[in-house]
Amino acid sequence: MTQVSMTVNGKAASGEVEGRTLLVQFLREDMGLTGTHVGCDTSQCGACVVHVNGEAVKACTMFAIEADGAEVATIEGQANADGSLNVIQQAFQDHHGLQCGFCTPGMVMSAAALLKDNPKPTEAEVRHYLDGNICRCTGYHNIVKAIMAASGQDVAALAAE
Amino acid sequence: MPKDGGIGASSKRREDVRFLTGVGNYTDDINIRGQAYVHFLRSDIAHGTLTSVDVDAAAGMAGVVRIFTGADFEGVGGIPCGWQVTDKHGEPMQEPAHPILAQGKVRHVGEPIAAVVAESPEQARDAAEAIVVDIAELPAVVNMKDAVKDGATKVHDDLTSNLCYDWGFVEENKDAVTKAFEDAAHVTSLELVNNRLVANPMEPRVAVGDYARGTDNSTLYTTSQNPHVIRLLMGAFVLGIPEHKLRVVAPDVGGGFGTKIFHYQEEAFCTFAAKACNRPVKWTSSRAEAFMSDAHGRDHVTKIELALDGDNNFTALRTDTYANMGAYLSTFAPSVPTWLHGTLMAGNYKTPLIYVNVKAVFTNTVPVDAYRGAGRPEATFQLERLVDKAAHELGVDPIALRRQNFITEFPYATPVAVEYDTGDYNATMDKLEEMADRAGFDARRKESEANGKLRGFGVNAYIEACGIAPSNLVGQLGARAGLYESATVRVNATGGLVVMTGSHSHGQGHETSFAQVVAEMIGIDENMIEIVHGDTANTPMGMGTYGSRSIAVGGSAMVRATEKIIAKAKKIASHLLEASEGDIELKDGAFSVAGTDKSVAWGDVTLAAYVPHNYPLEDLEPGLEETAFYDPANFTYPAGAYACEVEVDPDTGEVTIERFAAADDFGNVINPMIVSGQVHGGLAQGIGQALMESCVYDDDGQLLSASYMDYAMPRSSDLPMYQVDHSCQTPCTHNPLGVKGCGEAGAIGSPPSVVNAVLDALRSGGHDVAHIDMPVSPNRVWAAMHGGDAAKKAVGVVAANAKHNG
Repeated sequence: MTQVSMTVNGKAASGEVEGRTLLVQFLREDMGLTGTHVGCDTSQCGACVVHVNGEAVKACTMFAIEADGAEVATIEGQANADGSLNVIQQAFQDHHGLQCGFCTPGMVMSAAALLKDNPKPTEAEVRHYLDGNICRCTGYHNIVKAIMAASGQDVAALAAE
Repeated sequence: MPKDGGIGASSKRREDVRFLTGVGNYTDDINIRGQAYVHFLRSDIAHGTLTSVDVDAAAGMAGVVRIFTGADFEGVGGIPCGWQVTDKHGEPMQEPAHPILAQGKVRHVGEPIAAVVAESPEQARDAAEAIVVDIAELPAVVNMKDAVKDGATKVHDDLTSNLCYDWGFVEENKDAVTKAFEDAAHVTSLELVNNRLVANPMEPRVAVGDYARGTDNSTLYTTSQNPHVIRLLMGAFVLGIPEHKLRVVAPDVGGGFGTKIFHYQEEAFCTFAAKACNRPVKWTSSRAEAFMSDAHGRDHVTKIELALDGDNNFTALRTDTYANMGAYLSTFAPSVPTWLHGTLMAGNYKTPLIYVNVKAVFTNTVPVDAYRGAGRPEATFQLERLVDKAAHELGVDPIALRRQNFITEFPYATPVAVEYDTGDYNATMDKLEEMADRAGFDARRKESEANGKLRGFGVNAYIEACGIAPSNLVGQLGARAGLYESATVRVNATGGLVVMTGSHSHGQGHETSFAQVVAEMIGIDENMIEIVHGDTANTPMGMGTYGSRSIAVGGSAMVRATEKIIAKAKKIASHLLEASEGDIELKDGAFSVAGTDKSVAWGDVTLAAYVPHNYPLEDLEPGLEETAFYDPANFTYPAGAYACEVEVDPDTGEVTIERFAAADDFGNVINPMIVSGQVHGGLAQGIGQALMESCVYDDDGQLLSASYMDYAMPRSSDLPMYQVDHSCQTPCTHNPLGVKGCGEAGAIGSPPSVVNAVLDALRSGGHDVAHIDMPVSPNRVWAAMHGGDAAKKAVGVVAANAKHNG
């Protein structure tokens, strides 16, 4: 067992992990941060996307010990300081960008990473960026709309409802 | 103006806040103090005799609590089947035993052989790898037509053959259908495959068993669409636990799409092992396990024929389908190719004579059961591909041929035993033609051609039967359950309400839309209403969510219970207002006396019910809580028309969806935003089936598509923005809300138009291809264009999937 320490959503976090413990296991099992989900075994689905030192990372593809000393952000830390939904979260609710909610944390974290790098993405850019996040409920239509709306773009003309 | 609340308003979903902030409560988020973890050792061989399972070395490994094998389940019930189909000779289907852990034989890759309970998931997995299993391999039965040949290896030695049933419907019509084909001016026929799919909700299945020694109560937390059904099946038929000693909880569930309807071995195992080990036992499926243990969907092989007279009127239809059951009968499997498929073969058309034959076949594959649409997508795909083919053969417009044969008068009794209550198929086709801008297609095709691409336009109609179902009817058809739904409405003293529903929400947004209905009925704010579901301990016995039944059946139960609440509240109000009960009106959350300015607020009446100081106690009980069970009088019949526009790259065979339009008639709509979202998701799954998804076995019964690297899931860049419309509304005539259901339509209605569009594109390039089986992958399209048969080769599909994911 190895001691790891990191900052998770701005708070110090540490624990004893096995070498094979994945970051997502550490977050879910040791930290009790169950908002980050596991939807596959092969780093395909993106339900586990978190930010490590500001970069979007699939937390099933990184060992917990690799995140030693890192700044980790998860879905639990995304809301505004007063607890209200942040711009991306609010856009997902406003545009019905989620149904069962299981892929949603990964979608929101990926969207945040996209908009940081590309504040006004086109529809094609959003779709391309989300290729690492699978949603089985929404058909992506409203996720794409939500992300573009969160970037401040007018989405009324994207498609008829 | 859009409404801002109640029925017809696009209220934002209240459940979103917890999902968006990471504080949902999915089953894998549940950890009970002292829990152990189970890992299932699964067969990697499709068919064989289990000669030994040696657990000695594994049992001594670190952290192992106990190892279970089939021997531990001798005397314990197997997984029951919930529907008994009677064959065309009046005989019951063949029904094999379905053990919790394999007994004597393994019959599909993924069948659990042993289960290790250990202190950690890693220790359980490590120990499972140390179990030594000896299997004498037998020939695998994979191809359905081979499986029913004389002398074929049997999946179940104690059955007479691999034929589960041979079903004829309607048997009395068979001779008349034959005669109509003899008299036909034109016959169109088509052989096709409805490809095997895996539902793939993003949340893998999870089960946590818990046992309280002090009270002898068992609790199962599980990823289910219908916790009461699981409690009944597992308690009564598997473990022998009466319902009052067994609680089943399905908390937030991350999608279901049918595959979380069924009762699975892992649920029974965790409940059983929690008692046997006297500690909570948790199982979390990996995605690979999901591929080889979640019930699969579709997998039909069909020959269908349409007879037309000299004026292009449909005169008869006959189909011959092989339906894969897999190795065992999953909970509702026998009903899917029969009562959910044969009864829909009329489609939207007034074809007077229909005969449907279905042979259900056991194979050494994962059990197959309902997946979004369940039988209705298979019926729609056959029919709508066939009608398109007929139009092409006859040289007539495919929309005109459909319109000519549409049913236009309602109610309409089909020759396949169902009666459509309402519909207007020309209205949805009119709307579709407007949305799809058919007039502008030629210009768009020219533009594609200028870019070296072929462009095609495909259309289809669809109908489905939802709101399953009248209990006495389904009982006659072989269901071993009733299919009513329930609701208890509890009004609190200060006026808020809790609705406890037997329906289950796993993405559909019931917590929002159900509250809208009650808010509208009483005239109060939606936020005064809480919707509770998913726990047998605090909801009335209900049958759960599937078959687009929640609002039509569960919503109707809620309406009935709320009507009882309002009726009693009016009695209380009449006492408080000293007026006749018949003069009391409820509007905007206040009771008033007709023709006067006397009124009393909702909250004053509810308070009086619980603080009955000024109250007619001699006539009326205190309290305000009512339950209703609603058993529908008929199915509901959502219908519509869909159009797909594709581009085909002639150099690669790659198909891209350029436009997709869906015009649906769902009857009345409670929350248009949620309904559109349901259609979007269904379209993605239907387009996924048509273009890329395929579950593939090799000839040895090895599952070749058991991960997202091999099974192509639709991604965001595979799909367009959709045009959806549900403004054509012919309300259901037999439920109180006039609703029909919307959850499955997109998946049912979309595959034929995609394939029709691809073939239209190929024709425009001079390739007169009669049919390409789904998934219409690039290699299949390219092969069809060049006269090859790669379209039939499964390995090619996996290769295409790998490329797609690549």
